[in-house]
Amino acid sequence: MAEPNTLKHFEAALLPHLAAAYNLARWLTRNDHDAEDLVQEAYLRAFNSFDGFHGGDGRGWILAIVRNTCYSWLQKRRNQELAEVFDEEVHTAEDHSGSPEAVLLQSADAQLLRDALERLPVEFREILVLRELEGMSYREIADLAGIPVGTVMSRLARGRERLQRQLTQVVKREP
Amino acid sequence: MSCKEYDTLIHGYLDGELDLLNTLRVEAHLPECVSCARTHESHRALRSAMSSGKLHFKPPNDLAKRIHLTLHQANKAEGRASPSVWEAPKPMPRRIWWPWMSIAATAVLVAMVAWRLGSVGSRPSPDDLLAQEVLASHVRSLMANHLADVPSSDQHTVKPWFDGKLDFSPPVKDLSGDGFPLVGGRLDYLEHRPVAALVYQRRKHFINLFIWPSAEDSKQKTEMRQGYNLFHWTQSGMTYWAMSDLNWTELQEFVRLVQGHDGRTP
Repeated sequence: MAEPNTLKHFEAALLPHLAAAYNLARWLTRNDHDAEDLVQEAYLRAFNSFDGFHGGDGRGWILAIVRNTCYSWLQKRRNQELAEVFDEEVHTAEDHSGSPEAVLLQSADAQLLRDALERLPVEFREILVLRELEGMSYREIADLAGIPVGTVMSRLARGRERLQRQLTQVVKREP
Repeated sequence: MSCKEYDTLIHGYLDGELDLLNTLRVEAHLPECVSCARTHESHRALRSAMSSGKLHFKPPNDLAKRIHLTLHQANKAEGRASPSVWEAPKPMPRRIWWPWMSIAATAVLVAMVAWRLGSVGSRPSPDDLLAQEVLASHVRSLMANHLADVPSSDQHTVKPWFDGKLDFSPPVKDLSGDGFPLVGGRLDYLEHRPVAALVYQRRKHFINLFIWPSAEDSKQKTEMRQGYNLFHWTQSGMTYWAMSDLNWTELQEFVRLVQGHDGRTP
């Protein structure tokens, strides 16, 4: 049985990160219902292994557990997303024609951006969410996702390029 | 180095993650290469569009409460509870949300939970309870994105704002010259009374300074509470609580400045 104070400490240390936890789960699952269930499950998992948490980066810790929980879920559902990652080379044609759209991007509808980001393969999507939405450093993301810092940078590069292409296509279609 | 290599480096550059050598390389390359300069510009625009905050998904109002209940059950069941034991209520329908309200509600819940849990077990001292209350206010102000009712770095704007809202006039100091710029002021509620909350900033750390009149004897204490540093003292008939995630040394420096121990007249 956990000490009576454990629950109190746990909630004080980790509930403040609920918004970040939910945001990550929502971006990984792409639907509200599963995101809520998985965040709840992740918090329970975290609580059960709270002994292994020795203070420090509470956000990184809970986000890593949310991520693992979501990935197990994605795999269980045989989600195609994990496979999509490996065909990225097909789409990496050189394209440096971004600049005229730069201005458009700044005023781009948040919904367009949201849709485009949702369509990215999960491995790029998560890095972009952690970097741009949660403001995490390359080192923090690397630790969380268990990948080298260099991979964080290259995935960000490819993720942003894909996002640019999707957005410029949409913007061109919709005058 | 070919442009292909800059394709990736540009991102590290945008994110401020390159070492000095590579930063200089990119900075030397960009003015010389129209193509890379355009790539850089469009990714910079994308970054600012993405970081506008509009892409965040907000958790539903009751999620914190549901997690609390689940954890409580798990705790009672000696850690054997699984999420399936607990039946989830119907989630909120998609696209219906009140962002600020939901964050505020979550924050209030967290504060309530912290408050309630703070009062079980061994009977805490009144000071302990108050410290917990101050902590909850601090966390709530950060989570609800409601740091200031009157956002201003000007002490002559913030101080008069409290007139008529409080039955006292809190001292408001300009500490920007000492690296603690004023962010604004807020009306808060502690110990069953309205109090002044002044918000200062050091780098990315916010400091909440709570002030209200007090008949207490002069005293001074400091402690660390759930990762936040806290200073409490009384001075000239006012009680002060300063709370922040800033490190202890710098917060102490802040407190000394507020107390007027900086060698200048307060």
